[in-house]
Amino acid sequence: MRYLPLTDADRAQMLGAIGVASIDELFADVPESARLTRPLELPDHASEIEVARAIGELARKNLGTTATPSFLGAGAYRHHIPASVDHLIQRGEFLTSYTPYQPEISQGTLQVLFEFQTQVALLTGMEVANASMYDGATACGEAVLMARRVTRRGKAVLSGTLHPHYREVVETLSRFGRTEVESLDPDIRGSEDIAARIDQETACVVLQNPGVFGGLRDLAPIAEACHAAGALLVAVVTEVVSLGALEPPGAMGADIVAGEGQSLGNPMSFGGPTVGLLACRQKHVRQMPGRLCGETVDEEGRRGFVLTLATREQHIRREKATSNICTNSGLCALAFAIHLSLLGEEGLRRLAAHNHAAALELCERLSSLEGVELVNETFFNEFTIRLPGPAAELVERLAGVGILAGVPASRLYPHHPDLAPLLLVAATELTSEAEIEALVEGLAEVLR
Amino acid sequence: MTARAGLEGRSTGNRALMLEEPLIFEQDAPGRSGVDFAPLTLDEDRLGGLARRAPVGLPGLSEPEVVRHFTRLSQKNYGIDSGLFPLGSCTMKHNPRLNEKLARLEGLADLHPLQPASTVQGVLELFDQLSHWLSTLTGMPALALSPGAGAHGELCGMMTIRTALEDRGDARKRVLVPESAHGTNPATAAALGYEVDALPANARGRVDSAELKARLDSDVAALMITNPSTCGLFEDEIIEIAEAVHAVGGYVYLDGANFNALVGRVRPGDLGVDAMHINLHKTFSTPHGGGGPGSGPVALTAELSPFAPFPQLVHDETGFRLVEHGPEAAKSFGRLKGFHGQTGMFIRALAYMLSHGGDGLRQVSEDAVLAANYVLARTKDSLSPAFEGGCMHECLFDDTFLEGTGVTTHDFSKALIDEGYHPMTVYFPLVVHGALLVEPTESESKASLDLFIETLRTLAAKAKAGEEALFHEAPRHAPRRRLNETRAARHPRLRWRANAQAAAAE
Repeated sequence: MRYLPLTDADRAQMLGAIGVASIDELFADVPESARLTRPLELPDHASEIEVARAIGELARKNLGTTATPSFLGAGAYRHHIPASVDHLIQRGEFLTSYTPYQPEISQGTLQVLFEFQTQVALLTGMEVANASMYDGATACGEAVLMARRVTRRGKAVLSGTLHPHYREVVETLSRFGRTEVESLDPDIRGSEDIAARIDQETACVVLQNPGVFGGLRDLAPIAEACHAAGALLVAVVTEVVSLGALEPPGAMGADIVAGEGQSLGNPMSFGGPTVGLLACRQKHVRQMPGRLCGETVDEEGRRGFVLTLATREQHIRREKATSNICTNSGLCALAFAIHLSLLGEEGLRRLAAHNHAAALELCERLSSLEGVELVNETFFNEFTIRLPGPAAELVERLAGVGILAGVPASRLYPHHPDLAPLLLVAATELTSEAEIEALVEGLAEVLR
Repeated sequence: MTARAGLEGRSTGNRALMLEEPLIFEQDAPGRSGVDFAPLTLDEDRLGGLARRAPVGLPGLSEPEVVRHFTRLSQKNYGIDSGLFPLGSCTMKHNPRLNEKLARLEGLADLHPLQPASTVQGVLELFDQLSHWLSTLTGMPALALSPGAGAHGELCGMMTIRTALEDRGDARKRVLVPESAHGTNPATAAALGYEVDALPANARGRVDSAELKARLDSDVAALMITNPSTCGLFEDEIIEIAEAVHAVGGYVYLDGANFNALVGRVRPGDLGVDAMHINLHKTFSTPHGGGGPGSGPVALTAELSPFAPFPQLVHDETGFRLVEHGPEAAKSFGRLKGFHGQTGMFIRALAYMLSHGGDGLRQVSEDAVLAANYVLARTKDSLSPAFEGGCMHECLFDDTFLEGTGVTTHDFSKALIDEGYHPMTVYFPLVVHGALLVEPTESESKASLDLFIETLRTLAAKAKAGEEALFHEAPRHAPRRRLNETRAARHPRLRWRANAQAAAAE
C-alpha cells in the first residue's frame, strides 16, 4: 500500500519491542463482542490509476460549469481563479500544516491570517475581522448569536432579502439557542419596512446586500433605526466581489458583517468548502466567535503573530465559550487572501466593474425578450426575471440542451408558489457574449 | 521600492533560506495589479447611487511579487510534508496528492450547488458512495454529510438527539461529558442549552462507570464520549456504559475524532453508539490546511435518522436527489449549513478510502496503534506515561519526568522545535498534569519513529542532566523565538493599519 511506510519486518520488530506477540494484543481493551473478525464488505485497495478512473467517471456524469453557459448565483458564483492561487495553496507547508498552535513554526499561516483579517475588514468597512468561519450561512448564524450576547436581548429580525439557506441556519441555531427569530416574507423588490419591526427586545436586524433577488439597498437608514432602539445591524454579503463596486456595509452603519468569500480564490465545488467572513466593530471583538490572529513581538523584539484572545474559545472556556467552532476554513481563507493580493485595489475595482457590465448586458438582452420581465430596479451582478411559467421547468429544459439558465426561486422557496415564475440570473467576468447569446436564444426558444 | 525603505542601511534580517517577509500591505505600489482586466468606464450603472465612494485600501502588487510573498510565508510553516507531526488528537497523517488532483476535476470543482439534479447525478452518486463507506465502517446506517468540521458535526449530532427527544415529548436538561473531552463537547452541549455535567476519570484514565451510573437519571439527554479517549485509551466499559445510558432513555454521542484508531477493526455501531461525527480531515486524511476546511459527517442509527438535517440524499427511480425542505423529511431538525456540505472534502476522503480499500484501512488503524505503542514502549523509562499499560493510536505522558528539572512541558515542546519537529499536543487532556500527547500516525517509517524516539530520550536526559537553559531558550532556530502572547492579548492588534502609531493609540 503506497501510503504506508512500515514493512512486515518493521512491524514484527516493533511488536517485539513492545513485548506483544501480535497486533491483536494491542486491541485487547476492545470488548470481544465488538471486535471485527471478518473483513468488511468493501473493495480492496486500488492504484492511483484505478482511483482516478473511478472518480473521473463520477465527474463525467455531471455538467460542469467550465464549458457550459452558466448563470447560476444565489450565493455561489463562477469566477476566474488566477493560476497562481491554486499553485500557492498546494505548497505543502500551507496545505499540510495544522491550526497555528505553535507560533514559532507557523508564522506563514499566522501572517496570512493577519493579512486576511485586514483584507476582510477593509472590504467590509469594519474595524476587525476573524480568521474565518465555515461559510457565509454559518457566519450569519454566529453573527446573530453574537448580537444577542452583545445586546443581551433575545430577538432577531431577518429581512426577506436574506438568502433562505442563511435564514434557515439562523433559525436552526436560534431555536436550540433560544433566540426568537422573526423572518420576514421574501422581499423581491427591497420594499419591506423592516425598521417598523424593531422594538426594545430586538438584538439585531439581519439584512443582505445585494439581496438574494439581486436588489441593492442603502443600509444607512436601517442602521439608524437599529441604533436608535439599541439594536445591532448585521449586514450579509454573499457576493464579496460586489464590495469592489458598492459602498461597504461598515460605511453604511453595519455593526457586524457576515459574508461568503467563495468568489475570491475558491471554486464553487458544489457549495463547499468555502470561507465564511465575519467582521465587526472593535468594541464587540470579545463577543466574536472563532480564531483571531494578533500582532506581537518575539523575545528578540521582532514582529510576529499569534492566535490571541483565546479566552473566548472552546478549548479554554469549554461550556462558557462564545461558540463551539474549532477548525474553520484556513486554506480557503489563504486562497481568498492570495486572490485579493493579486487583484489589489485596481484589480478588484476592475473585476467588479466587469461583473456589473456583464450583468447590465445580460439584463438588457433578457429584458428585450417577449414574456420576460425584469424584477429589479438595481443590482450588481445578479438580478431576477419573471417568466410566463414556472422557472424550474424552463431551467430543466434548458439544462437538457446544455445551458444552466439560473436558479429558479422555487428551489429556494418551495412553499411560495407565487415565486415560481421567478428566475435568478447572474453574470460574472467569465460570462461571454456567446454565453449570453446562447441563453437568450435558448430562452426565446422555450418561451415560444 | 517604498515598502523596504525601513530596511535601508540595515541588514535584511534574512538568514539564508529563512527570509523575512513584510506584510503584503507594506509592498504597495498604487496602480499595480497581478490580474489583467481592461479598464472599463460604464456610461450608466444600476447601483442605485450606492457606488463605492472611498478606496478599499488594498495594496497593488504584480504576480511575481505575490507569488514570492506567499512562497516565503509558506517557508515559515511546518507541515506533514516537512516531517513528523505528532500532534495528539489532531491526526496529522500524509495527505495524498492524488486526492488534491481529483477534487479539482472539471465536473466536480466547477459544479454550482443549485444546478438541476439531472446535471449533477455523478456528484450525488459520490455522496452516496461516501455514505456507504462511512456507514460500513461505522456500522451505522444513516449519514448526515453537511457539517463543516468536527465541532459542527457535534452540533449536528446533538441537535438530532435533542430533536428526537423533543419528538417523543421528553425534553431533558443535562449532558454528561468526561473531563478529558475536547473543549468542543461541553461548548456544543451548552450551545444547545444543556447543562454540562463533567464526569471524572478513574485511576485507569477511563470514564468512571460507577460515577456515571450514579449520575444517570431521566433528565440526562446524552453522554458525549470520545473513544478512544483523548488519553489514547479505549473505553473498555463502553458497551456497559451505553446500555446504562439507554436504560434511562438517553443517547450515546461519540466524538469520532479518534476513529482512526478503530477503522476496519471496530464499528462504533457495535458499541452502542447512537450518533457520531467523523472528522474527514483526521481519519480520512483531507488536508488540515493550516486550520481547515474540515468536514464532519455524522453517522446515525436508523432511529435517529429521520431527524437528520437538510439536505437528505434520496435515491429513487428518477435517480439521486437532495431533499432540501419539508414536508418530505418532516422530522428533520432543519438546516445547519449553506448548500450541501464540504463536497471538495468528500471527494478527497472517498479517494483516500478507495486507495486503501477495506484491507488497507484496517492496516492503517493497526499501523497507527502500533506506532503509538512503539513510541510508548521505547520512551516509557525516559518520559513518564500518564497511565499503566498500552495505548491506542496516541500515547499520553505527564510531566513527572520533568519534576525538579526546572523544565516545563511547554519548554520541552519548544526544544523539539529546535530538533526539527512539530511538538506534540501539550497541556491537553486537562486530566493529566503537564500533559504531552503524542500521535505518530501510520505515515511514519520505522527509521523516522526511531529518530523521533531517540530525540525524545535525549531531550529528557538533557532536562534531567540540568541543561535547563537549552529548554528555556528554545526555540532558537525557528523563524521566530518565543512570542509574547500576553502582549498580543492585552493590546490586541488584529489588523494592519496604514498608520500603526495611530492604531496603537486607539
